[in-house]
Amino acid sequence: MTSQVSSQAEQADAAVVGGQRRSPEKDVRRLDRVIIRFAGDSGDGMQLTGDRFTSETASFGNDLSTLPNFPAEIRAPAGTLPGVSSFQLHFADHDILTPGDAPNVLVAMNPAALKANIADVPRGAEVIVNTDEFSKRAMQKVGYETSPLEDGSLDGYSVHPVPLTTLTVEALKDFDLSRKDAGRSKNMFALGLLSWMYHRPTGGTERFLRTKFAKKPAIAEANIAAFRAGWNFGETTEDFAVSYEVAPAAEAFPAGTYRNISGNLALSYGLIAAGRQADLPLYLGSYPITPASDILHELSRHKNFGVRTFQAEDEIAGIGAALGAAFGGSLAVTTTSGPGVALKSETIGLAVSLELPLLVVDIQRGGPSTGLPTKTEQADLLQAMYGRNGEAPVPIVAPKTPADCFDAALEAARIAVTYRTPVFLLSDGYLANGSEPWRIPEVDELPDLRVQFASGSNHTDEDGAEVFWPFKRDPQTLARPWAIPGTPGLEHRIGGIEKQDGTGNISYDPANHDFMVRTRQAKVDRIPVPDLDVDDAHGDATTLVLGWGSTYGPITAAVRRLRAAGQPIAQAHLRHLNPFPANLGEVLGRYDKVVVPEMNLGQLATLIRARYLVDAVSYNQVNGMPFKAEQLATALKEAIDG
Amino acid sequence: MADTKTAESEGTGSTIEALSLVPKAEAKQSMKDFKSDQEVRWCPGCGDYAVLAAVQGFMPELGLAKENIVFVSGIGCSSRFPYYMNTYGMHSIHGRAPAIATGLASSRRDLSVWVVTGDGDALSIGGNHLIHALRRNVNLKILLFNNRIYGLTKGQYSPTSEVGKITKSTPMGSLDAPFNPVSLAIGAEASFVARTVDSDRKHLTSVLRQAAEHPGTALVEIYQNCNIFNDGAFEVLKDKQQAEEAVIRLEHGQPIRFGADAGKGVVRDPATGDLKVVAVTPDNERDILVHDAQATSPTTAFALSRLADPDTLHHTPIGVFRDIERPVYDTLMADQLDQAIEQNGKGDLAALLAGGDTWTVVG
Repeated sequence: MTSQVSSQAEQADAAVVGGQRRSPEKDVRRLDRVIIRFAGDSGDGMQLTGDRFTSETASFGNDLSTLPNFPAEIRAPAGTLPGVSSFQLHFADHDILTPGDAPNVLVAMNPAALKANIADVPRGAEVIVNTDEFSKRAMQKVGYETSPLEDGSLDGYSVHPVPLTTLTVEALKDFDLSRKDAGRSKNMFALGLLSWMYHRPTGGTERFLRTKFAKKPAIAEANIAAFRAGWNFGETTEDFAVSYEVAPAAEAFPAGTYRNISGNLALSYGLIAAGRQADLPLYLGSYPITPASDILHELSRHKNFGVRTFQAEDEIAGIGAALGAAFGGSLAVTTTSGPGVALKSETIGLAVSLELPLLVVDIQRGGPSTGLPTKTEQADLLQAMYGRNGEAPVPIVAPKTPADCFDAALEAARIAVTYRTPVFLLSDGYLANGSEPWRIPEVDELPDLRVQFASGSNHTDEDGAEVFWPFKRDPQTLARPWAIPGTPGLEHRIGGIEKQDGTGNISYDPANHDFMVRTRQAKVDRIPVPDLDVDDAHGDATTLVLGWGSTYGPITAAVRRLRAAGQPIAQAHLRHLNPFPANLGEVLGRYDKVVVPEMNLGQLATLIRARYLVDAVSYNQVNGMPFKAEQLATALKEAIDG
Repeated sequence: MADTKTAESEGTGSTIEALSLVPKAEAKQSMKDFKSDQEVRWCPGCGDYAVLAAVQGFMPELGLAKENIVFVSGIGCSSRFPYYMNTYGMHSIHGRAPAIATGLASSRRDLSVWVVTGDGDALSIGGNHLIHALRRNVNLKILLFNNRIYGLTKGQYSPTSEVGKITKSTPMGSLDAPFNPVSLAIGAEASFVARTVDSDRKHLTSVLRQAAEHPGTALVEIYQNCNIFNDGAFEVLKDKQQAEEAVIRLEHGQPIRFGADAGKGVVRDPATGDLKVVAVTPDNERDILVHDAQATSPTTAFALSRLADPDTLHHTPIGVFRDIERPVYDTLMADQLDQAIEQNGKGDLAALLAGGDTWTVVG
């Protein structure tokens, strides 16, 4: 297998700087993987810097995984610890699963960024600091009594003190910019330097800057000049004696065309694809909430796909409008995060009662209440499962990686339209903002989601008349007919009051209610979902690690570590949480121990224990961050040995 | 059921701009076409019966295919309304009908969407959705049944109850000042606001007709009698003798006069700019305000909505306060879709998924 950069533009200007001009006397070392963390003030452009480095890396053909981490405040006070924003990128010449535990390189744009991140960085790693920001005042602001650059506290690190701001301003002296404005481009200088260090292609970033600042060409050129100056600085200064190559991950990828994609983007595309595959107009009713808003933004850009996006007055109206559109025959979606789900609960219950298709996308974040808006968590599982009045079962689908959000959206849509039910799609902040390479699917490989609207009568009444019964079910799926307004002869009324089986008329009859409650439950329970795959290569494991959602990457990385150390362990990952795969009970029964790592206090474990009477062991973390592979490997080892 | 003797209207099939995208009925319709087979379960004597009969009787006039008519309601006595209409319908959850109807109307412009709600449903739990539907100007016709009491929960005061109302939940009298739904709607940028009374079939029908013809959101407040928990709340407006002095009938383009021999009129007070009621004399006759429902500024319509005494209901204007044209949300939404296709071509999924920066791995 070979990997190549396909974009012609990319090839054409792959060597705008560097490349062939690389000086021969500098040492080049080959690495199999690198973890870089960019850290700075919220206003320093660290997310943009990380995104650009990621794009360069993706187009180079490495496997990669990213972890943006930023505060909820848009501009926290400058230079403070709460204001630190960071972006971690793990890239490799082989298949990788997580953004990495410990950075090999930390770029710290100010003392706060150094202080907030240095604990995660192991001794021996490279630390690039912007010395211009290490004033006495700035250091005192974050509690440095003495300069960490001079007091020996960074001994053991390979520290590169670089006056990034001064160098940037110097590089831009020919531009008509104030010192302050010129200094803003220091993130591009840093990006240029790192791009030199890791032999990244640079054409994409230069094109990106020209497009981003198309209306301000002088700013575009200044940023490009800073970017090139950063590259040239690496090339010429003696402080950076070594640069590194990380070969494309040719072996890691099956043949195909790839792009880098974040979870929220993949999810948005999945929704658009689902609308097309179902041949239904897509309707999004939503209210802005972190970390789900990007889906609203993205879908609102694609009106030429017939996508209607409605920014409602609140969460309740967002799902209300979606449900109204579902009644009218749209593929209806609402997107939100945990607090929004709480507000939408009553309408989800109505959708259960009306038996209309509706996708409820929950990009989980730290809770309870407002919690940690920009941090990740998996603590909405039980809310999705049970968070409604009455018996109101809702199917749940959870993607496992950023790219998987695309397929998960299609799967959730399939269940919704086939079974005429609301469906939860449980992503989280880590998947939403993290990114990885994605093999772009062929459009004609996508599943066919087309459904039939009811078009005529479906029942003969006692008088022999042909009538339409809105709650007469398909005997296989137990789905009721989807009869949309505009269909002559099928005029009917539905509502949240209990209805008589078949006719759908209001009914308070005790036996009917018992029947309807059980039938709605049975409809969800009987949804066929694929059996759970177990990865137990040699069949000699006695411990199973069971996960769901975004913990897939860290769990799989931990399992690989254990196996590499000779420790057998079986792994399974749930995509369907309601209903569970039919073989789950049997799988659980095969192992002496079942360990369930979750970013909550044991919600899946609770369900497993209750349903299957299995003494599942929880391993939990609720610090707003994904598991680290090493920590998880240690915990799994302890569970196996314990 | 009240008032079923009235002659059933015949479908006229007239073209109304607000309904131009809604398919027409192929055959003439009658009132019975709009009656569902469900037994009506309101309390005997409830004002809702009269409104139901008026709506069922009026629908054939529109001449719309009844499968393209949808009634959406929230929760409350009036919200059972959709069950009794032989159209499509949804009885939803408390306060949310305008939101649900917004999704339906904005995704299906071939439908005539009606919202049936009450004073508690629309102004208390659903107040937010109501004001936002009004400001957006979605193509919805909202019938707000105002009986100034909670009926279905058995008699607590509502957001339109008068201050000091003694109810089960306010044995010492309610403390909060009521909403004036017409004022509220005008304040929320409504493009059509009207008020009518359940027992006045003719007036009710005329207001419904104007609402149906209006492109955008129409709010019709219907004073409706709850004979169980708030009987006679609007008696002063219904009793023939009292009504003459209490009710001001607004008609676009006509001087605002009322009372015996139209002896009273509404004039603008030059000192304050506010409106006031005066006895009409030859001297002031030409100062009587001519009602302009289409005035761009909502100021006078708002002033009219404040004329009534909230306690006695004297000087209560009924009719269409405001009826202006402004862009309709669902039309704008559809236009943006067309515009996006014009600018970028019809969406190509393969191109979208491929995006800009790709690389190829060959096997």
